[in-house]
Amino acid sequence: MSTILEIKNLHKDFGSLNILNNINVTIEEGDFLVLVGPSGCGKSTLLNCIAGLEPITSGAITIDGRDMTIVSPKDRDIAMVFQSYALYPTMTVGQNITFGMKVRGIEKNDREEKLAKVAKQLQIEPLLNRRPGQLSGGQRQRVAMGRALVRDPKLFLFDEPLSNLDAKLRVEMRTEIKKLHQNLNASMVYVTHDQIEAMTLATKIVVMKGGVVQQIGTPSEIYNYPSNLFVADFMGSPAMNLIPARVAKNGKGTKFMIARSHGEPLILFDEHITKLPENVVLGLRPEDIGDAKLRKGDKLQISTCSVDVVEPAGADTYVLINLGGKEVTARLQAETAAQTGMEMEFTFNMDKVSYFDAQTGQRLN
Amino acid sequence: MTELNSKYVDSGYVQKLILRSLLFLLLGIFAVYYLMPLFVMITTSLKSLEEIRTGSLIDLPREVTFAAWKTAWSGACTGIQCEGLRPYFWNSVLLAVPAVIISTLIGALNGYVIAQWRFKGANLIFSLMLFGCFIPFQVVLLPMARVLGIINLAGSISGLVFVHVIYGIGFTTLFFRNYYVSVPVELVKAAKIDGANFFRIFISIFLPLSLPIIVVTVIWQFTQIWNDFLFGVSFSEAGTQPVTVALNNIVNSTTGVKEYNVDMAAAIIAALPTLFVYVVAGKYFIRGLTAGSVKG
Repeated sequence: MSTILEIKNLHKDFGSLNILNNINVTIEEGDFLVLVGPSGCGKSTLLNCIAGLEPITSGAITIDGRDMTIVSPKDRDIAMVFQSYALYPTMTVGQNITFGMKVRGIEKNDREEKLAKVAKQLQIEPLLNRRPGQLSGGQRQRVAMGRALVRDPKLFLFDEPLSNLDAKLRVEMRTEIKKLHQNLNASMVYVTHDQIEAMTLATKIVVMKGGVVQQIGTPSEIYNYPSNLFVADFMGSPAMNLIPARVAKNGKGTKFMIARSHGEPLILFDEHITKLPENVVLGLRPEDIGDAKLRKGDKLQISTCSVDVVEPAGADTYVLINLGGKEVTARLQAETAAQTGMEMEFTFNMDKVSYFDAQTGQRLN
Repeated sequence: MTELNSKYVDSGYVQKLILRSLLFLLLGIFAVYYLMPLFVMITTSLKSLEEIRTGSLIDLPREVTFAAWKTAWSGACTGIQCEGLRPYFWNSVLLAVPAVIISTLIGALNGYVIAQWRFKGANLIFSLMLFGCFIPFQVVLLPMARVLGIINLAGSISGLVFVHVIYGIGFTTLFFRNYYVSVPVELVKAAKIDGANFFRIFISIFLPLSLPIIVVTVIWQFTQIWNDFLFGVSFSEAGTQPVTVALNNIVNSTTGVKEYNVDMAAAIIAALPTLFVYVVAGKYFIRGLTAGSVKG
């Protein structure tokens, strides 16, 4: 395994506006890196910088050990798939895929051979003589992938390639991209604002906000150990519950008091943690709050709360309860007896809890 | 109930019919009004002088004769020469064709750069070019005459081509810039990654999708240049005059009897090429004006 892409201290300004601030990212051969964040966070700009389509203000980009900081896009040994597919409208599918090879002066026989191989791989053989305007969204997507695949580059770049597709097709293509990655063992950088895409595809996720990297990690690290409130809130659907709580020392552990709109505050206890500031935010995933009748376990703490809203979603039922002035989502089994307005016992899995500083938003445990 | 219904339907139908007829009547009147001069020109050009003098303006010719057309084409006198419009017609062709091609190509390239290769000051340059569209012809006459003298093109057809190219660039750039600005920038990015350079992207990707706007530009430029009189009369000399100037000379410099039939024929001959361009490419013109977005 060798390092395919290394970004060091990258800064990017547009005039006086700072777009990317001190980005450091490294990926190994075969990695699937997903850049994820809300729109305007600089993820697409970062991808364009990697591609060489945007100059960087300072820092360095290395691809497969070669310094690419000021190399032009065509010499970076990359291929890119765009959100709008960017197929050349006046060329046929075949011409679209072979255009790059034609520009590079590769011989016709070789071009045809590679085209046939890629067309077969993506099952677009019957489309080769059509024009992009005559294709459906999914077909265009395939052609755009074909154009990238045929280059056999060191690094694939994807700029929100699925966001123009309808929901069903998006899931299908997502699986297909994942398969492609597994079969080719290619290195990929993929930009999306969809955190589910990020979780399902990535071997490594970079969460960005406002041009700053918030956290880099595997999907499970990002999901289970979000480094700050932003990441906790952004990754996961439904989002992680972020519950304000007051800390009270209690012997060898810590006691948390969570205000409720009426009645006694909810008390939770964690024996593994001490030295927390007075005000913290508890992060609990919806699946870490359960129905006490259906879920048993030693580490689970049980408390009674009143149910505000019940949202059946087929496999699961989401229940909203009000804690610390916030709507908190619990993910219960479909067979739960929960009903709007009733008081019922919930379990809280304190093994999985994340603590954040209420002031700085940084993770504490 | 059904009676009532059918009555409603009937009255609605009648109303619609009346409105329709009124509409067509109005359109018909406009069409006649608009075509009347052409009708008079054509019929007059086909009459003999004798018939013009005795008959009424809107009568059909009793005896169709193409003598006037022949005279207009190859025999009418402009001042002392009596060669008809023919040499000047070819002058206009030699002038308009290169001027249209060159100004369209430059406009396409300019529009491509301004719309897709944003550089510092691109907007300023585009604004200045737009400004150029609004400068009246008369303003540039003297400086242009001076420039043509300096670069040794005064009085030549090449000089006129030069003037029309310069004057046309503002418009052609505007057309192409507005067309290319709707092409997604990702297209250029994709082509860059594919390894294509500036000109390769222009030739392989942008020109092929420009047909509608090329047609618009060509029609616009051709009409402007072919119909131009002021530049033609200012920057030409005997032998290099375009057809519009020659037409003026034929009509205004004859002495004695006014040969209306020859004048009319000459005017039609001078107008035929632009008419031809519209008929052939007119539907693209409309389409090109409304088109813009290029859907991948």
